[in-house]
Amino acid sequence: MVEALNLGHHQAMASDDRVLLMGEDVAKTGGVFRVTAGLLDRFGEERVIDTPLAEAGIIGSAIGMSLYGLLPIAEIQFDAFVYPAFEQIVVHAARYAWRTKGQVPASIVIRIPYGGGVRAPEMHSDCPEALFAHVPGLKVVSPAGPADARDMLLAAILDPDPVIFMEPKRIYRAVREEVPQEPPLDIANGNGAGGEILSRARIARPGDDLAIITYGPTVPMSIEAADQLSRERGIEARVLDLRSLYPLDVAAITGSATACGRALVVHEAPRMAGIGAEVSSLIHERAMLDLEAPVMRVTGFEVPFPQFANEDDYLPSVDRIVAGAARVLDW
Amino acid sequence: MDELLRFIGDGDAIPDKPVPGGLDGKDLLEIYRWLVVLRTFDERAVALQRQGRLGTYALYWGEEATQSGPMYACRDTDWVFPTYRQSSIGALRGVSPATVLAWWRGYGGTHGFYNAREHRVAPICVPIATHLPHAVGLAYAAKLRRDPVAALAWFGEGASSEGDFHEAMNFASVWKVPAVFFCVNNQWAISTPFSKQTATATIVAKAAAYNMPATLVDGFDPIACWKATKDALERARGGGGPTLIEASCYRIGAHGTADDPKLYRDDADAARWRALEPVGRTAGYLTRLGVLDDTKRSAIAEEAKRLISDAVAEMESMDMPGREVLFDYVYARGRPDSFAEGLDELAAVRRPPEVQPLRPQAPPSTGDADAPKGLK
Repeated sequence: MVEALNLGHHQAMASDDRVLLMGEDVAKTGGVFRVTAGLLDRFGEERVIDTPLAEAGIIGSAIGMSLYGLLPIAEIQFDAFVYPAFEQIVVHAARYAWRTKGQVPASIVIRIPYGGGVRAPEMHSDCPEALFAHVPGLKVVSPAGPADARDMLLAAILDPDPVIFMEPKRIYRAVREEVPQEPPLDIANGNGAGGEILSRARIARPGDDLAIITYGPTVPMSIEAADQLSRERGIEARVLDLRSLYPLDVAAITGSATACGRALVVHEAPRMAGIGAEVSSLIHERAMLDLEAPVMRVTGFEVPFPQFANEDDYLPSVDRIVAGAARVLDW
Repeated sequence: MDELLRFIGDGDAIPDKPVPGGLDGKDLLEIYRWLVVLRTFDERAVALQRQGRLGTYALYWGEEATQSGPMYACRDTDWVFPTYRQSSIGALRGVSPATVLAWWRGYGGTHGFYNAREHRVAPICVPIATHLPHAVGLAYAAKLRRDPVAALAWFGEGASSEGDFHEAMNFASVWKVPAVFFCVNNQWAISTPFSKQTATATIVAKAAAYNMPATLVDGFDPIACWKATKDALERARGGGGPTLIEASCYRIGAHGTADDPKLYRDDADAARWRALEPVGRTAGYLTRLGVLDDTKRSAIAEEAKRLISDAVAEMESMDMPGREVLFDYVYARGRPDSFAEGLDELAAVRRPPEVQPLRPQAPPSTGDADAPKGLK
């Protein structure tokens, strides 16, 4: 996924000189995860900016650049470092279109590597996506694989609204797939399937017995759990990868729940008021009579993300997903 | 102690200085006219609030020089970033004053907001200091594009305590962008005095930490505010980087119409500072220069009154925004499904009778004797 994201940055910056990258250590080192390697040499230090170490300043100045017509991509180095920028995101980025009669949206992409599973130090493994999904005016997305990562990044840059682009750290180097060189959308002309890929869920594994609804870091393990359920119980679970956390693809969510009659929501973030709570509510409100069992959740716990020695106790796993599936199947 | 830049005397102990180069009689009259327009707007807005026609309003009575002078120093292509205490500044750049009044009346959408790009006036910033990084980013973009454009942002001395102020100052210096930080030091952040805000003697002292040039000016003197801003903008557009300006003045009025300064400060202080207020003082200076006379003065006052009266009439003639305004412009592209559901939900119920434009209220009851019969 790192290489796919890197390709996306190169393609976006090459095709549109309004696109610019800024963040801590994104230029010289190419980012702490090397997502932005090679951009400085190709596009120069005016468009690939190693910023001072201040997240509110990064997001705030990105908003100002957008006001002048640029399309900045701002990288937040790690999930839990985004909090100083929260005010800029909530009171300004999210409201700029609203406060200018729709004429001047904050056209910025905020990239945030997020989540655990990589044995990172304390405060480097949060899943803050629900905080952003709760804020009107933002779009929040998370790819779960390399091809989606590249295509969704380009679509996010094209989208005039502010997009919180959540990159699952544990998938950065864990999932490999071929990414077609040609993107499915034309950056310079603003054409293509950009809106679709940013707002539509995808079926990551087909099945009609149980809908496992998930996104980002827990997609691969949900597929693995579905395979295990198939082997052990002859159950074919559909894995629905949400891609977009705001807005949610309501039709795909309720359609999957209706088709399967049973649904399980999986995410790494804490359960309370998480994306799973919203997904579960939507299904119960719209498809209750199609359900054979209540919607259940497998999520992170309502505790701070632990020190990494215990992170595998905290994180959803194939075993926890299989056990959660059993609660829904045997209800 | 930093030297205070000042041109306008008080006709008494403080001597006049000659008009600085770059300003002729026409310029001086225009700067004065802007003072009067701003003053007229402010006084009218307070009156409208008292009559129940506007919501809570943040007045700027006495701070007009910190707006008129810097604004006159800008080119039309420069961007300005106001806070709620410069709410009407856009009126000097083509934003309709009726739009600003509508904003204070609680209207959004097309009534209360304007297109920032059309006027190069950022939306009025409410959370303290948070617009300062925007000015820096915009200045960065202008520099990247090789455009001779600078960004000017106002803020108060209280804002200098916020992290966003320091981040903006630091980014601006490191990037050497064409930005001007204009601090209106009116000594009071609601009830908190300057001495509780910072341990430095001035705000300009903080510029040293960012290796940034700084100028201290008399905030009641529009010529001084113009001169400092003009020099800073020219340096900025010429690639010389950012500047911090501190306009030293005093918040003669309340923080807002809901604030009562008697609770925390001595009225006598404000009364003393009032002698230096910019409209009368500038009029005196221009009269001594022979630029202004009584005829011109009353013509300018009349014109400002007409302009603001027309704006009030326009504001009052605006239709109450419909329910759909809740969902307009949240996104530039696409409407989440939930928006249509929200509109449907609203359509199924009666609109609350409380949803109506502010209008003059009956004076509050003084006791049972005033209560209408049958209501008890």
